[in-house]
Amino acid sequence: MVKNIIDVRNLSKSFETSSKEPSLKGTIKHFFRRKTKSLKVIKNISFEIKEGEIVGFLGANGAGKTTILKMLCGLIYPSEGRIVVSGYLPYKRKNNFLKNITLIMGQKQQLIWDLPPIESFYLNASIYELDKFEAKKRIKKLSDMLEIHDELFIPVRKLSLGQRMKSELLAALIHEPNILFLDEPTLGLDINAQRNLRKFLQKYNEETNATICMTSHYMKDITSLCKRVICVHNGSISYDGDLDLLIKKLSPIKEILIVCRSEEDATKIENSVFTVKNKIKNEITIEVENASIASSLKTILNNFNIEDLFINEPPVDEIIGKILIKKDYEI
Amino acid sequence: MNLSKYLKVYTKFLHTSLASELEYKTNILIDLVTAILSLIGSIFLLSIFFQNSNTIGGWNFEQALIIQGIYTLLNGVANTWFNPNLTEIVKHIREGTLDFVLLKPIDSQFFISLKRISPSGFLEIMLGIGILLYCFKINQIHLNLSFLVLCLITIICSISILYSLWFFISTTTIWFVKTWNATEVLRSFLYVGRFPLNSFSFSLRIFFSIFIPIAFITTIPSEVFLGLTQLWKIFLEVIVTSVFVITSRKFWLFALKFYTSASS
Repeated sequence: MVKNIIDVRNLSKSFETSSKEPSLKGTIKHFFRRKTKSLKVIKNISFEIKEGEIVGFLGANGAGKTTILKMLCGLIYPSEGRIVVSGYLPYKRKNNFLKNITLIMGQKQQLIWDLPPIESFYLNASIYELDKFEAKKRIKKLSDMLEIHDELFIPVRKLSLGQRMKSELLAALIHEPNILFLDEPTLGLDINAQRNLRKFLQKYNEETNATICMTSHYMKDITSLCKRVICVHNGSISYDGDLDLLIKKLSPIKEILIVCRSEEDATKIENSVFTVKNKIKNEITIEVENASIASSLKTILNNFNIEDLFINEPPVDEIIGKILIKKDYEI
Repeated sequence: MNLSKYLKVYTKFLHTSLASELEYKTNILIDLVTAILSLIGSIFLLSIFFQNSNTIGGWNFEQALIIQGIYTLLNGVANTWFNPNLTEIVKHIREGTLDFVLLKPIDSQFFISLKRISPSGFLEIMLGIGILLYCFKINQIHLNLSFLVLCLITIICSISILYSLWFFISTTTIWFVKTWNATEVLRSFLYVGRFPLNSFSFSLRIFFSIFIPIAFITTIPSEVFLGLTQLWKIFLEVIVTSVFVITSRKFWLFALKFYTSASS
C-alpha cells in the first residue's frame, strides 16, 4: 500500500491586513491610524497526498493555493491545525526535512544573476553537502533530462526565460528531493518551453517516484500532469479528487459536428430528435449526453446521408473556469 | 553545526561573490577611488578641528587618528560584508526571495549575512590597518603579544556590535517591509564614531554609550590601542557584545515566525 507523504488536518491561516481609503485624506489617515483586520485566508482544510502522486491545486487568484503550498513547505506558520510532511512538521524547517523538499516558483529566481547557472549549482551542491564528483554527476544527469548544456556556462542575465526556468529547475533539484512544490512553474514560457517542462516533470516523477504538488493557471499543465486536483475556493476546498471525473461531471454532454452530403440532409437532422447547437449549410452541430453517444452515432449513421463527423469535448479551460467560481462539487 | 560544511559554503560564497563583482570592473574602480577620497576627506576634517586646539575631549591629533583608523577599518568591514548583505535583507523580504534562503538546510542568518562581499571594502580595511600601524609608530606604542590580543578582542567586539545593530534593524523589515532609512541613520551615527566620545556633551555621551553604542564601537577600542583603558572596560565591552549578538540572533529567529512571504 502506498503511504501518505503529506497529511493536513483542519488547517487554517489568518493574516493581518490593512485597508486604505482613496484620496490624500485616506492616505494621511492610513499613515497615522492604520485599520487592520484579521483575514482568514485558509479555512479548516484537510487532505492527504500519497507518495509519488502529482496533485494540482486549482483556484482563482487569491483563492489560497500558494499559501497552502507555502505552509506545506514550511515557509509560513499555520494559525490552526496540523501539517505533517514526510514525517516532519514543516514549519520547524529541520535540515533533514529541507533536504527532502524543493520549492520552484515561476515568478522568482534563486540563480545568481551575473554568473552562469553552473556557479549556482555548485553553490547549492555545497549547501546540500554533495562532493564535487556527485554534484557533477547529478548536473550531467539533470542537464541531459532538461536538454540544456551550453547554456549552463552563459551568465543568467543573458539566458532566455525558458533557459532560465530550466536552470532554476536544475538548481532546485540538484539534491534530488522527493517532494516538489511548484508554484506556477510555466508562467511566461512559450508553448514549446511549457511542453518541455511538463515532459521533464513527468519523467522526473516516473524515474524518482517524487511527489509533486503544483499550482498553475495553464490548464494544459494540470490536465497533462495531474490525475488528482484539489480545488480551492476562498480558502476552502471545494473539490478533491479525480480530474477526469470532475470534467465528466461538469460537462455531461459532447458536441458532434456532422458534415452532410447536402443541405437537405442537414435539415432532416435538424428536424429529428437531436438538440441542435447550430447549422451552417450542410454542417450541423448537435449536443449529445455522454451516456447516449454510441446510440446517437448509430442512429445518425443508419438514417442520414453523411460525409464526415467529429466528436468534440468542450474546452477544458471552460470547464475549469466553472470550478474556479463555484463553491462545491460533490461527486 | 557542521563547521567544515560552513567553511566550504563560505568558500563558495567568496568565489561566486568575487566573480559577480569582477563582472563590473568600472564599478570596482569607482568604489576604490571613493574609499580613498572619503579617507582623505575625513583626515582633512579631523585636522581642521585640531587647528585651533591641541586637544579635543582630552585627545591630541595623533591619538584621535587612532579612532579614525578604527573607524576606517570598521567602515571597510561594513562596506565589504554588512552593506552588500544586510541591505539585501530588505530586498529579500520585499520580493519574497527569502523563501529560497529559508528552505535551504543551512543557517539562514549565516546565509543572508555572508553570501556577498564587496571587494572594494578591502582597500578601506587595509587603509585602516595602515593608519593604525602608523599611529603605533607616532604614539610610540610598544607592541607585545598580550597587547595585540587585547586589540584583536576589542576590534572583534566592535565589528560584532555594529553587525548586530545593523542586523537587528534589517530584521524589523519582516514587519515594516521598508527600513532602508533606518540603516542609513545607523550609518550616520557611525560617522560620529570618528571623534572621541569625550568631545561630546554628557547627554550625548550617554546616548552614544547606551542606545547607539559608539563608545563600545570606536572609543574603547581606541583607548585599548593607546594602552589607556582599564581592564574592566574591556570586560564590559565583551559583555555588551554578547548581549547584542545574542539579542539580534534571538530577534531574527522570533521575527521569522511572522514572515509571511511575498504574494505571488
